[in-house]
Amino acid sequence: MVLDDPAVTTPQARTDAPWRHDAKKEDLNVIGKPIRKVDARSKVAGLTRFADDLSMPRMLHMKLLRSTVAHAEIVSIDTSKAAALKGVKGILTGKDLPIPFGILPVSQDEHALCPDKVRFVGDPVVAIAATEEEIAWEACRLVEVEYRELRTIGGIHEGAANDEPRLHDYGVRGNIHRLENLEFGDLQDGFAKAAHVREDTFFFEGNTHLPMEQHASLAHFDKDGKLTIWSSTQTPHYLHRALARTLHPLPAHHIRVIACPNGGGFGGKSDPFNHEIAAAKMAMLTGRPVKIALTREEVFWCHRGRHPVLMRSKIGVNKTGRITALDFHSYLDGGAYGSYGTASTFYTGALQTVTYAVDNYHFRGARFFTNKAPCGPKRGHGTPQPRFALEVQLDKIACDLGIDPAQIRLDNLAPRDSLTANFLRIGSMGLGQCIEKVVAGSGWKERRGKQERTKDGRIRGLGLACSSYLSGAGLPIYWNGLPHSGVQLQLDRSGLVTVFCGSTDIGQGSDSVLTWIVGEVLGVDPLGMRVVTSDTDLTPVDLGSYSSRVTVMTGNAAMQAAERARDIVAKGVADKLGVPASRLVFADSRVYDAEDPKKGMTFAEAVVCAEAKFGTIGTVGSYTPPKSAAKFRGGGVGPSPSYSYSATVVEVEVDPDTGIYRVPKVWMAHDIGRALNAAIAMGQIEGSVYMGLGEAMMEEMVYRDRTHKGNRIFVHKIPSMLEYKSPSALEMPEVVSYVVEDYDKNGPFGAKEVGQGPLLPMMPAVANAIYDAVGVRVDEIPVSFEKVFAALQAKKEGKEARFGPSNGPDGVPEVDFGDSLKIKTPWQGGDGTAWNEPKREKKAAK
Amino acid sequence: MSEPNKVLETFSVNGEPHEVAFLPHKTLLEVLREEMGLTGTKHGCELGECGTCTVQIDGTPVLSCLVLAVDAVGKDVRTVEGMACGSGLHPLQDVFADLGAAQCGYCTPGVLMAADALLRDNNSPTREEIKQCLAGNLCRCTGYLKIFEAVEIAAARMRGEDAQPSEESIYGAR
Repeated sequence: MVLDDPAVTTPQARTDAPWRHDAKKEDLNVIGKPIRKVDARSKVAGLTRFADDLSMPRMLHMKLLRSTVAHAEIVSIDTSKAAALKGVKGILTGKDLPIPFGILPVSQDEHALCPDKVRFVGDPVVAIAATEEEIAWEACRLVEVEYRELRTIGGIHEGAANDEPRLHDYGVRGNIHRLENLEFGDLQDGFAKAAHVREDTFFFEGNTHLPMEQHASLAHFDKDGKLTIWSSTQTPHYLHRALARTLHPLPAHHIRVIACPNGGGFGGKSDPFNHEIAAAKMAMLTGRPVKIALTREEVFWCHRGRHPVLMRSKIGVNKTGRITALDFHSYLDGGAYGSYGTASTFYTGALQTVTYAVDNYHFRGARFFTNKAPCGPKRGHGTPQPRFALEVQLDKIACDLGIDPAQIRLDNLAPRDSLTANFLRIGSMGLGQCIEKVVAGSGWKERRGKQERTKDGRIRGLGLACSSYLSGAGLPIYWNGLPHSGVQLQLDRSGLVTVFCGSTDIGQGSDSVLTWIVGEVLGVDPLGMRVVTSDTDLTPVDLGSYSSRVTVMTGNAAMQAAERARDIVAKGVADKLGVPASRLVFADSRVYDAEDPKKGMTFAEAVVCAEAKFGTIGTVGSYTPPKSAAKFRGGGVGPSPSYSYSATVVEVEVDPDTGIYRVPKVWMAHDIGRALNAAIAMGQIEGSVYMGLGEAMMEEMVYRDRTHKGNRIFVHKIPSMLEYKSPSALEMPEVVSYVVEDYDKNGPFGAKEVGQGPLLPMMPAVANAIYDAVGVRVDEIPVSFEKVFAALQAKKEGKEARFGPSNGPDGVPEVDFGDSLKIKTPWQGGDGTAWNEPKREKKAAK
Repeated sequence: MSEPNKVLETFSVNGEPHEVAFLPHKTLLEVLREEMGLTGTKHGCELGECGTCTVQIDGTPVLSCLVLAVDAVGKDVRTVEGMACGSGLHPLQDVFADLGAAQCGYCTPGVLMAADALLRDNNSPTREEIKQCLAGNLCRCTGYLKIFEAVEIAAARMRGEDAQPSEESIYGAR
């Protein structure tokens, strides 16, 4: 029996239970404690079953034949030789899966298998299933595909300069996928008030997630007409939607998606993938279970990683360094498909205002289709690139004005409990504390600018940077009024609490977050619970493990379900003990009278009491984020229930002759709202420092631009883990982490995100530290040794001591962004709409 | 394609003999996972680049994706499944679980195999020695720090000391 109707109780973040976010630490039994994760022991014992660990009797192995050309029309596909190979059981081509799909409703531009055109080397064309993996590979080699090659689009400048040939027949025009032009406040006035204006150009090279687990899927179509797919996906709900769309007329309720624990995701398993859809279709075709496990090279082709972004930023400050206006352009190399790119484009402009107060702000963003693996969301999604630009630019401003870079940031902090120029609602805001922590810890004031020498002749430098990040996207991908997260609880007579939730554990600990919150509210041991997650047949919808949304959103849903369960159990126990329900305490797996703790019973007995009175005990909880204040077109990207903040100081030791540098130590402070589990939060901070360091120093998704048989193709330069450089144990610096807790009223127990935020300031902090050490600017990520060397050479030759894209007119492409949407800021009396926006027709929720 | 013949061999895996039929070109990784169902050993590249598939042969950590299964015949193969005795965990596994040294847990079996071999040779390794030992095992989640500390604590416990993680590594610096 479910006592409460979730539709009646509003799932909005509530303000009527303040104890939830400002409870004192000493009053909490589970929250904040370093309890091990509920699945930790299975993982260390090798018992966790990842997607490729699954197999079934009669299972077939599927392989994809991928395009060897970057841009071409498919003239013909001959699979007859492959079909004749012994052991081949099924072959699919584009015509078998004609319905396009894509993660965003606005860019349904992918096919599981290319029907008529390939757009990058690696685009899948044919799927073949066979009894053995080797036979499937061999069969792929026997397929003959004739291509008619098209001219390629190789990057941002080429995308802007060449309208033809178009990669897609949708988008703004030519090969421009998206153009955004948003103006908040009065830029002219803002720059007029500036005492100092800088204009700089930055480039952030693309990089990839490199999860240790290669994507894998196992699909099974049973004789009752129901499909099950186990997959390494961060977003089972969206995969469910994509399968229901592409496998039409198979009804959605005949499709079951089970997301296996992911062996790392970082955003790289957030799109529905062609291999997942092809495996499902192949299982339906052959009537046998079908598995596909991607090779590492194929994982590089799946990509959806960090967009290469070229940026031009013009910033004005008054004489004390307060920002008066910001005019920001970003140009994104999107790769071959839309993916999350529309959101990525907005994200290159959305969060500039959340860290520092920007009174007048103009953002222009353009995303281009190019013949390379599609870009998408990687940890920080679209925000690390502008964060790099802004933080380096602020460092330059501070140098120009002779202000301490830490002080200029403290002087510009966005105020807590405020609306930004672009109508993002800031709640708690602990960035000031974060800055103070890393400044004190690193000896910033004493050590900065000293150019100390190490014993081996290197020069030390310190760099500081800050950032902010969302605790979950405020709007769902499919715009509707439904909850973003649902949790269901079942209470057994044994005292077992089972938590059902659609969220997916990708290593960040989301399964454990559920147990901590429910465990705290019901007073039971989190390690004694059972968690059932990420199974679209069994668990209520959660939108997925992306945008750092899980702690806040599933957390609030779990909180609501647990409070409801507590109320039911309390009523049962109150009658039995003759004590008012409000006086009962749930702790230590007991339910007892607050005034007489001996008077009580075990939690299991309490469940029995309640079940005797009410019948089977189950509750649900759900969560929908607060309504956004931004009503203009494009205002859907950026709003979040809360924002986390990070500040870092990075120490470098640079060889002034070669540009080779190392990073011995990092100080990182993160405002997490409240750490639900101290040790696990620390792990997220350290992991973010690591991944940010990799991006700062070495990681890059670069292509060989080469000619093959007279045609230009783009082959990934380094599609292997040996050559795609990422930091090993040897490169990892010492990290001093500070957990700053500025409780947020929208978070469960005050919690905010931690998984992505601390990555963001790493890249600019490294670049700033290099400048502090040797006085050269590398305005490009990664800050690889040869770029530092080139800048040092330029300095020696008396040229500008800088490496980066041209600051001149040729530095960025010429793009007509059209008229801007003009939005009055809150302090201009704006209401969140654009005053010059044509009326939009209301679309019915899908 | 002509059909190759399978060979029938007996392996010693985790101290027990296993008779397995497999194609002679199969790697130890493939035979462990696909023929024996020992999926605790993972793979991240199958090219010897990531360390994820590390197992021990005669006590030495090796990349099972680069070893032909036939070459492991007659030798003592150890995998993550063989680390713990009875219902408990090996001290390394225990500390890894408690400290959060395993996040997604995918690289963990390989890291544990490498670390276990290290501790057998050196019961009190320095941080630098641990880093050197694990330099071939990539981990994308943890930033390695909790892994280093977990190895140190496990080593101390295996020496009979009552080692605990530092306050700072759990709660952060003050």
